[in-house]
Amino acid sequence: MMALLEVKDLKVRVEEREILHGLTLTVNEGEVHAIMGPNGSGKSTLSHVIAGKPGYEVTDGQILFKGEDLLEMAPEERAAKGVFLAFQYPVEIPGVATMTFLRTALNAQRKARGESEYSTPDFLKKVREVSKSLNIPQDMLKRGVNVGFSGGEKKRNEVLQMALFEPSLCILDEMDSGLDIDALRIAADGVNALRSPGRAMVVITHYQRLLNYIVPDFVHVMSRGRVVKSGGKELALELEASGYAQFEAA
Amino acid sequence: MNVAVAKTGGGRAVSDLFASAEGRLSGSPDVIAARREAFESYERLGLPHRRIEEWKYTDLRALVGEVLPLAAAPDAAALKRASDAVKAHAIEGARKLVLVDGVFAAELSDVKALASEVSLMTLREALQKDAGVLKTVSTDAVIALNAALATDGVVLSIADGAQLSAPVQIVHVATAASVSVFTRSQVKVGKGARATIIESFVAAGAKTYQVNDAVIIAVADDADVAHIRLMDDAPDAVNITSQFVTVGANTKLNFFNMTSGAAVSRLQGFITLAGEGSELSINGVNLLQKTEHGDTTLVVDHAVPNCVSREIFRAVIDDRAHSVFQGRIIVRPDAQKTDGKMMTRALLLSDEAEADNKPELEIFADDVSCGHGATAGALDDTLLFYLKARGLPEKQAQALLIQAFVGEAIEQIADDGLREHVIGMAERWLERRS
Ligand SMILES: Nc1ncnc2c1ncn2[C@@H]1O[C@H](COP(=O)(O)OP(=O)(O)O)[C@@H](O)[C@H]1O
Ligand SMILES: [Mg+2]
Repeated sequence: MMALLEVKDLKVRVEEREILHGLTLTVNEGEVHAIMGPNGSGKSTLSHVIAGKPGYEVTDGQILFKGEDLLEMAPEERAAKGVFLAFQYPVEIPGVATMTFLRTALNAQRKARGESEYSTPDFLKKVREVSKSLNIPQDMLKRGVNVGFSGGEKKRNEVLQMALFEPSLCILDEMDSGLDIDALRIAADGVNALRSPGRAMVVITHYQRLLNYIVPDFVHVMSRGRVVKSGGKELALELEASGYAQFEAA
Repeated sequence: MNVAVAKTGGGRAVSDLFASAEGRLSGSPDVIAARREAFESYERLGLPHRRIEEWKYTDLRALVGEVLPLAAAPDAAALKRASDAVKAHAIEGARKLVLVDGVFAAELSDVKALASEVSLMTLREALQKDAGVLKTVSTDAVIALNAALATDGVVLSIADGAQLSAPVQIVHVATAASVSVFTRSQVKVGKGARATIIESFVAAGAKTYQVNDAVIIAVADDADVAHIRLMDDAPDAVNITSQFVTVGANTKLNFFNMTSGAAVSRLQGFITLAGEGSELSINGVNLLQKTEHGDTTLVVDHAVPNCVSREIFRAVIDDRAHSVFQGRIIVRPDAQKTDGKMMTRALLLSDEAEADNKPELEIFADDVSCGHGATAGALDDTLLFYLKARGLPEKQAQALLIQAFVGEAIEQIADDGLREHVIGMAERWLERRS
């Protein structure tokens, strides 16, 4: 099994304050990892650093993606190589039609990989298929990116992009936040449909609930900028019963 | 060949310019007199400078310095080049009236196709009869200079009730370097008429030239007019355009201006709502880069009650460029129930980019709804990162956000084809960004 993502002893500062204090995590192809932890433990910070968001200073450690130094790459390079972050808070982009955005992004990634651009009919067919399976109405795709979308629609739009771009590493940051049970089920089904031997997923969540729908192979507990415990899916249930307090005290 | 250069500010006589041009400026005796008077007025004033309130942000003495010699009439080679440029900037379906270096070029124009729907004269022809077109109420020096030196233009009249089947496109082509071009046109739109008027400014090889254009538009009652001005001048050009527009009652006028190109440009529009129940939609985009200076100055005069005016203006400013927006809304004492709004936003793409915004409301009536808003800022980093995280390189991510920003003004253009054409101009501007 090939290691897709290797985070080694990662230390990250934001505005002079260290948030991640030496975090280590290895994710192999085909695996689904859950990262759980209380608010403020650094889960989003980790996802942002992997995606390449500016404003984070890596002071130590490294992140390898398919053996390459991810931290040396611009965010768009990471995307083209197969890193995808479904944001906890997807932004609204007024004036940029969702369809235009999807096509521009997909073709930019393909171009960066030296692949030919999608033809319009192929692209439309693909978007239609995926959006249908995610219960996303076509007229939503004509609107500005996420503009006027409900919380659930925004999250489904993230899953739609994930399905279109076919990344090899999907990081889902609090995909369940703000979703009712039906919306959660649709989004989770979309994610499960993308599980494949060549693709890995990192599911970040505060609650065990999501993991009933997206069942992980491994569960990691994060607290205060470190992975403090790792185990199988049963760890999530343990946490549900005992809470995070035991780790917070540590 | 004219070699005179009009010096300004320093007190040196500028009369050489007029004297050397006079042979080209034939017309009836009152035309000659009107030109002379206009020139004397210009001589007294000189080029506008920062101490003239209306020109505070666009000091032509500092930015332009001197008026270049008058362009010669185009020769066969110039007309050939102009013809290529006209083709390159063609708008599908539009019927063209082409002015090359300030002279009407019948052979490049769709005179025949237009003849059935509009009545058409050149400025030269019109001035054989009387000096009417040269007369505008203004004390502005550049307008006076235009009246003195306008070599040609088109004088169009659209009959009452006429529904034009195709847009009329006035194309200004510059083929000569180191010259100035003065044009003046007039468009009369009859009662109940419907028309689309496009003005395009393009270069055919010429780099350094100066355009001084004046347009006088009178729209009668119950008309529906779209007026689109597209400035695509050479990067070193100067373009100063003055518009005088009067709008009758129950009329719709939708105006759009695109400024891209030209080292120094100013569009000054003086629009008077002279009939009740009319709707004015004025929209514009300034796309500026390098050290370009682009000024849009609009005065909307609500002279009568019950009219609506809307202004949406967007400026995108890169490098060390400078955008100016001055918008004044005047509401006369009688103009009750006026609804006038103006919104201007500037997008600064570099630390050295500059935007000046001067909105002014002069309201003399008490039962009105008027307002203005202005913002200036950079691209949103959060949005940029989202796009990059989806695979868009920096420049492409910026381009998408810039297009969305200007889209708010461009989408006011009703005609799909014209809107696409304008979007195409914006895309070409984005590609030119360094
Ligand atoms: N941009 C920022 N500036 C300052 N502090 C930040 C910033 N982003 C996150 N933090 C801090 O880092 C810690 C971890 O935050 P985050 O990664 O969002 O946690 P989680 O996603 O696990 O809730 C918190 O204490 C938070 O306040
Ligand atoms: Mg978080």
